[in-house]
Amino acid sequence: MADKSKKISIWDQKIIRRAVVDSFRKLDPRTMMRNPVMFVVEVGSCLATLQLVRGIISPVQGVTDTLFELQITLWLWFTVLFANFAEAMAEGRGKAQADNLRRARTETTAKRLLPGGKTEVVGAPELRKDDLVLVEAGDFIPSDGEIIEGVASVDESAITGESAPVIRESGGDRSAVTGGTRVLSDWIKVRITSNPGETFLDRMIALVEGASRQKTPNEIALAILLAGLTIIFLLAVVTLQPFAIYSNAPQTIFVLVSLLVCLIPTTIGGLLSAIGIAGMDRLVQHNVLAMSGRAVEAAGDVNTLLLDKTGTITLGNRQAAEFIPLPGVTEAELADAAQLSSFADETPEGRSIVLLAEEKYGIRGRELAPHEARFIPFTAQTRMSGVDLGGREIRKGAVDAIEKYIAGDDGGARLREARAALTVAVRSAAEVSGGAATKELREIVERISKQGGTPLVVADGRRALGVIYLKDIVKGGMRERFDQLRQMGIRTVMITGDNPLTAATIAREAGVDDFLAEAKPEDKMALIKREQSEGKLVAMTGDGTNDAPALAQADVGVAMNTGTQAAKEAGNMVDLDSNPTKLIEVVEIGKQLLMTRGALTTFSIANDVAKYFAIIPAMFSGVATLSALNALNVMGLRTPQSAILSAVIFNAVVIIALIPLALRGVKYRPMSAAALLRRNFLIYGLGGLVAPFAGIKLIDVIIHAAGLA
Amino acid sequence: MTPNGWLQILLFLAVVLAVTKPLGLFMTRVFEGERTFLHPLLRPVERLVYRLTGVDERREMRWTEYAASMLLFSLVSMLALYLIQRLQGVLPINPQGLPGVDTAASATGGYVGSAFNTAASFTTNTDWQAYVPETTMSYLTQMLGLAYHNFASAAVGIALAIAFIRGIARKEANTIGNFWVDFVRCNLYVLLPLCSVFALVLVSQGVVQNFRPYDTARPLDPQSAVQTIAQGPVASQEAIKMLGTNGGGFFNANSAHPFENPTPFSNFLQLVSIFAIAAGLTYTLGRMTGSQRHGWAVLAAMVVLFLAGVTTAYWAETRGNPILSGAGVDQTVSAGQSGGNMEGKEVRFGQAESTLFATVTTDASCGAVNSMHDSYTPLGGLVPLVNIMLGEIIFGGVGSGLYGMLIMVILSVFIAGLMVGRTPEYLGKKIEAYDVKMAMLYVLIFPLIILVFAAVSSVSSSFGTSQLGNAGPHGLSEILYAFTSGTGNNGSAFAGISANTYWYNTAIGVATLFGRFMMIVPMLAVAGNLARKKAVPPSLGTFPVTSPLFTTLLVSVIVIVGALTFFPALSLGPVVEHYLMYAGQTF
Repeated sequence: MADKSKKISIWDQKIIRRAVVDSFRKLDPRTMMRNPVMFVVEVGSCLATLQLVRGIISPVQGVTDTLFELQITLWLWFTVLFANFAEAMAEGRGKAQADNLRRARTETTAKRLLPGGKTEVVGAPELRKDDLVLVEAGDFIPSDGEIIEGVASVDESAITGESAPVIRESGGDRSAVTGGTRVLSDWIKVRITSNPGETFLDRMIALVEGASRQKTPNEIALAILLAGLTIIFLLAVVTLQPFAIYSNAPQTIFVLVSLLVCLIPTTIGGLLSAIGIAGMDRLVQHNVLAMSGRAVEAAGDVNTLLLDKTGTITLGNRQAAEFIPLPGVTEAELADAAQLSSFADETPEGRSIVLLAEEKYGIRGRELAPHEARFIPFTAQTRMSGVDLGGREIRKGAVDAIEKYIAGDDGGARLREARAALTVAVRSAAEVSGGAATKELREIVERISKQGGTPLVVADGRRALGVIYLKDIVKGGMRERFDQLRQMGIRTVMITGDNPLTAATIAREAGVDDFLAEAKPEDKMALIKREQSEGKLVAMTGDGTNDAPALAQADVGVAMNTGTQAAKEAGNMVDLDSNPTKLIEVVEIGKQLLMTRGALTTFSIANDVAKYFAIIPAMFSGVATLSALNALNVMGLRTPQSAILSAVIFNAVVIIALIPLALRGVKYRPMSAAALLRRNFLIYGLGGLVAPFAGIKLIDVIIHAAGLA
Repeated sequence: MTPNGWLQILLFLAVVLAVTKPLGLFMTRVFEGERTFLHPLLRPVERLVYRLTGVDERREMRWTEYAASMLLFSLVSMLALYLIQRLQGVLPINPQGLPGVDTAASATGGYVGSAFNTAASFTTNTDWQAYVPETTMSYLTQMLGLAYHNFASAAVGIALAIAFIRGIARKEANTIGNFWVDFVRCNLYVLLPLCSVFALVLVSQGVVQNFRPYDTARPLDPQSAVQTIAQGPVASQEAIKMLGTNGGGFFNANSAHPFENPTPFSNFLQLVSIFAIAAGLTYTLGRMTGSQRHGWAVLAAMVVLFLAGVTTAYWAETRGNPILSGAGVDQTVSAGQSGGNMEGKEVRFGQAESTLFATVTTDASCGAVNSMHDSYTPLGGLVPLVNIMLGEIIFGGVGSGLYGMLIMVILSVFIAGLMVGRTPEYLGKKIEAYDVKMAMLYVLIFPLIILVFAAVSSVSSSFGTSQLGNAGPHGLSEILYAFTSGTGNNGSAFAGISANTYWYNTAIGVATLFGRFMMIVPMLAVAGNLARKKAVPPSLGTFPVTSPLFTTLLVSVIVIVGALTFFPALSLGPVVEHYLMYAGQTF
């Protein structure tokens, strides 16, 4: 899980200081132009400033009100600065993450392998793709690469925050190494897979810093909406002046700019990019790196989650759940034999058998002296393990293996026999241990298989005692999570290599919606394509090279950091913790990001109603023929100046007030879209309608008390 | 307000809701090309039309071709109407011998842009009438020019709405139907049969239908002037005027004229016929998109907005004018008198039927009137104005009301849809940047035209304010109403403004064209783009577009976006006038 040290407080002093400076730097119109809403505010502020200066130099009797004009101008600038500050805060948090990462990118040297087998020492930046390097214990791995020879334990804490070292070895799915990590023991030969500046770490830094940040599709769409609204309000305000002139009540620049700034969606306009950056940042805090903002957005839209059974839904290993004795054998007898056979079995399954016997039957572990016991380890040939103890030969193993053993097979010699011979063996076994017992054994074995378990038969000598029921253990809390996902309208599909019978049982137990049994990589691919052809978005996790095509095809492909380079390249996210269950959190973060955008947009638009009731009466109540409009001053604001000022201040302050919400995100709750909508519509729609009435009134009271207007 | 009045209003609503499903179902069958009970009779005619015009009815069009066909058709029709008007003096069926419009011999005494205004206005289903029909238009012009456009512009609107629905309903398709086929089917199966029946019913109520020259009536008092009784082929035009939400009256007094609207029954039928097709199309929407409940939810939003409007108008008008009450005038509604503010209203219709008519005709972009909106109390007059300003989507014009409403649905889904934690989707279609851009363009053009033209008019004393009949806020309302009515393709007049001038004819004519076609093009672009998309199957995580919550949301977005756009302007017009009236001042 996320390393706590990576979490950065919203109120981190250093970030705030940097953000303050940046918010002034961002006033550069070339930067501001990227955000049309705030650019309009900046232009308005400039106009107000010019007018202010003009008023100070040559005041117009009865029109110029320098105290009011100064305050309006200042607050207009504050509005721009606050929006810049929000963006700078979000970026600052990203930069702080990047600084953490940069520490890992210390300049290192590399031992480049020369064709003759010798090595030369070069600086890491000189390494190019396909160079071969030797990395020994204590060395930093100079760049991203793939182990071509050797096995080593590697400290990857610089990237993952996880202090326990991991094993990396050539071949298979654990061959990828990341530049900046350190080899703790042994040595490896690495083929470099990326050029300087393109390494994983480089990309990570660029991503969290927001350097390569591009607007996501939904963000672009929302920006268009906001720009459109801005133009509409610009129209409404610009044409208000002729109507005011018609009504003999022309307005000053300050009032018109104030009205415009209050109406255009500055709240969401000012916070939009901060929300996007913060969404990426939240993923980073969960130790997930998204290669693009688009992927985060897609995560919120996911309709189908493909989850690997092993390691995601179930614990990686099966565990003993029950001892089922054959007739004439007591459970305790079976448990005792099972435990004896497993003492030397260091596999999780073996340990679970010892533990079950201990817990259920109180059979304590015994000291077995080496001279009296001979442990028979599991081999791929015998597919049995066990112990020879005081003349007893206790074995456990798959049913056919044990049956062969009982039939007198020594476990090796007749292994390669044909299936026909096996049948004969089983028949002879039936003669030895009695037909009824074998039939019983078969039944038990079949029943366990049907329930999705793995039966292990225990035999003492030539006599079968019973069966150990090994079960896939569904991780705690998974059923609840799947229920939550279902409420959100997300379908979960379990992917497993098990047979359909076993898969169905586990699927039922875990509460997934569907399963894909006996899945081969191409089946997975076909499933993704089928879902996508129905318009659905699919998310999956993967680590192996054979997962790569599916990861690339999926809309959200989370590659495990322990996975191969190919998998990491193919996915659009990398989970540094390599925890496949995290896919669910990724989806939640995506949803949270979108919800935050929607909530603040709704809030921003709903806010406008109150501002009208503050500014419109204030604009015209001073004119004798229009003073009847003061009836619209439902908030009872003291003076026209104070009313306009209060609306402008509220508009600016609300940006600052909502920065924490923008950075943290709207709280996500798993519930149906209808329930979510009702909830958020009430909070941000209705709340957005009501809140400014109270806020503006409060500011008006304060301003009046302070004698500012 | 009286129980009787409310009974009339609610009965009206009940009948509209009752015809929604049968009409919607029928239109669905027509536009899906399925067999209807009219096919034995009309299918041969339809085939003949295609053979004569060379239309291949199986050929589908992309949105661009659909738009181009529609624009070309409208352009040619508009030119034809312009020519008919200018040349009517030499054309037949002109028993009054009326001269060509805008000619020196005409009532305007020269070119004031009236023929252009009328051509634009009728092509766009606006039917703004700066002219006085009985002294301007010959019977031929009325029938071949105006009544033709009443059918054509209505059929264009309905065809466009069907094309838009196809855009929503179709998946990964490039085309949205064939304009010519939709247009022909709409006229042949929907408008012509309905209007034939309706016209006959109107005749039964006393609406005239003849080609006679105007009669003269000599009053008993020899001192009084001789009266001219205008007449003509009224019933045939009246039916499509209402059913096609055109609203252009055969007479200047429109539906207040006894030859256009003689009885309470004819009045009721006219009211129902304004909403009928628009209501039916919401059912068609549900049917064609496979989400009938969405169709009802959209209709519910329309009903809510309609009820809000009619309640306000009815309340404001029956309350009357406080200044008159102060002067001791009895304005109470009683069996003996209509009560309330009766200026500009027909006593035979009373408050309920007048305010209901005013609300309905402006909810829908009809624009027919049976009372003078200019004479309403400020709040009563605010209702028609706001109805149009909301974009003519409360039922709206035939077809145009539905696609306008659906653009608002798309915006609502986009704004609020994010709040469910998914990128917004509408009936399975993702709403993306392109859709938002086009929808915003649609929403933007409308206030742009209204506000800019009205602003220019309000500060120009030479051509703008000089034509006003009233000063102060009421004058501003008149200007705002004129351009809102034109741009919204409503066509009803607030009156009080002499709009048959070069500036107003040209500006309002341009406003009608922009308000129609500049909005249709982005709308069709959305339709074409939606049709191309895949549809995500609905799940619990899908934004619900069928619930009362959705209806609430849709209404909120429509009201807030509409109100925010026009509130500043309105505050200086009807709003301040309302407060001033209560302070004892009128204009």
